[in-house]
Amino acid sequence: MSSGATTATRAEYCVVACAEAWRDAGEVLASPMGTVPMIGARLAKLTFSPDLLLTDGEALLIGDVPAVGAEAEVVEGWLPYRQHLALVATGRRHVMMGAGQLDRHGNQNISCIGDWARPERQLLGVRGAPINTLNNPTSYWVPRHSPRVFVERVDMVSGVGYDRAAAAGPSASRYHRIPEVISDLGVFDFETPDRTMRLRSLHPGVTVEQVAEATGFALTVPDEVPYTRQPTAEELRLIREVVDPKGLREREVPA
Amino acid sequence: MSRDKTMTAKEVVGRLESGMTLGIGGWGSRRKPMALVRALLRSDLTDLTVVSYGGPDVGLLAAAGKIRKLVAAFTTLDSIPLEPHFGAARQRAAFEMVELDEAMFMWGLTAAAHRLPFMPIRAGIASDVMTVNPQLRTVRSPYEDGEELVAVPALRLDAALVHLNRADVHGNGQYLGPDPYFDDLFCQAADQAYLSCERIVATADLLTAQGPQSLLVKRAFVNGVVETPNGAHFTSCAPDHDRDEAFQRAYARAARDPEAWRAFTERFLSGDEDAYQAAVAAFHEEEA
Repeated sequence: MSSGATTATRAEYCVVACAEAWRDAGEVLASPMGTVPMIGARLAKLTFSPDLLLTDGEALLIGDVPAVGAEAEVVEGWLPYRQHLALVATGRRHVMMGAGQLDRHGNQNISCIGDWARPERQLLGVRGAPINTLNNPTSYWVPRHSPRVFVERVDMVSGVGYDRAAAAGPSASRYHRIPEVISDLGVFDFETPDRTMRLRSLHPGVTVEQVAEATGFALTVPDEVPYTRQPTAEELRLIREVVDPKGLREREVPA
Repeated sequence: MSRDKTMTAKEVVGRLESGMTLGIGGWGSRRKPMALVRALLRSDLTDLTVVSYGGPDVGLLAAAGKIRKLVAAFTTLDSIPLEPHFGAARQRAAFEMVELDEAMFMWGLTAAAHRLPFMPIRAGIASDVMTVNPQLRTVRSPYEDGEELVAVPALRLDAALVHLNRADVHGNGQYLGPDPYFDDLFCQAADQAYLSCERIVATADLLTAQGPQSLLVKRAFVNGVVETPNGAHFTSCAPDHDRDEAFQRAYARAARDPEAWRAFTERFLSGDEDAYQAAVAAFHEEEA
């Protein structure tokens, strides 16, 4: 088989895991936040999800797939913030957000750490996490898996998790879905009876014990945990030569 | 002919009062009416309620102690995710905060512009936005679905401050960049609106740069027009100027350290707008 695939870095496994989040997504906007998700979304568009819509990070929908950091040469549409917020409500979007904190139900916090009235550490604010999670599929990317991020309880629920959506009733749960959480250690989902977080795959070189130690809550771990799939030789070529020739992925997930 | 509404930034500030609710246009570190914000910094206005998709406008006003209450979904410098002054102010509980989702904010401005008491939205339910804003109410759909939705209250403003690329003396405002942000809504949601621009042009020349879709703000919603070249600095104002990343880095660095901030204030914010622009030019000569 291809020798390239056996030498894929952790960052490249993460890129492919992120790309997989947009497989079969159809003709929807992929909104990646973070470098590795951005590379992943572009890889998905170049391979198995050609129908994805991508933005330039500002107000334009791009018709080509430039390298990260490079300017698009083709514009296929206009998506200023007012339309972007409206698009979220149509559900025709799958966003991959970051998370300052994330709990076992998928509640996410990007607002602040500590007491909201007087935070120990102010972060961004809730941004669009409340509308995202109630309207379009919302996945999360965590570049450094640690018990500080994967916590028992988040301090300020910005993105809504499965437990709170269910408790709030149909208008909250109707379009609520958290397909995946991807970290530098593995891939996680909520495919459990009580919709709590489950380890779906380990990136090669990572053990179950390592993940458990880096997670601040009890994770569901199936008896058999597969490894995250290898990038194909063609995917590695696209990542290295086309989408991220400067190797920015290795800065977000160092080897 | 309609009125000539040109005035100075200082005259704009003269129309405002302490305790007012001020909407500030732009988004993050993009097309902020920074020259008007700097004029606010030079005034003795205080106790403001600021309504903003927050960037350095919020940071600077917070650092100067002018904010009593902030209504926002975030405050960021975009290329630098965390705004240091905003963070420091929140961490010492320097002002009251109404933290809303980005779309709730848009619907709040829309309700105000439409003279409606609220707009219904799915966002917010089940999140802690409802917990930290006990004043927020929900409404039940009167139709068969019976869905419960958040009733985002109108974000009515005493005054709005926005910055556009071009305007005429009457207050017709034009954006030439890729995103209008919400500047038209801010003006419509406000009792008075003040528009600064990179350049004032004759009404007949407005369409030389771009088509009629670029005429974002209508004069019926504008009380004053100020020509402030480089007036969004250091935020972006495409295509007239990009964000001044080097200057923004210097701002953020200084904002993290009280000693450095005193020196920054002394160097850049102690004079008028001309002095500011001259100090920025000198900064770039040094950097070069």
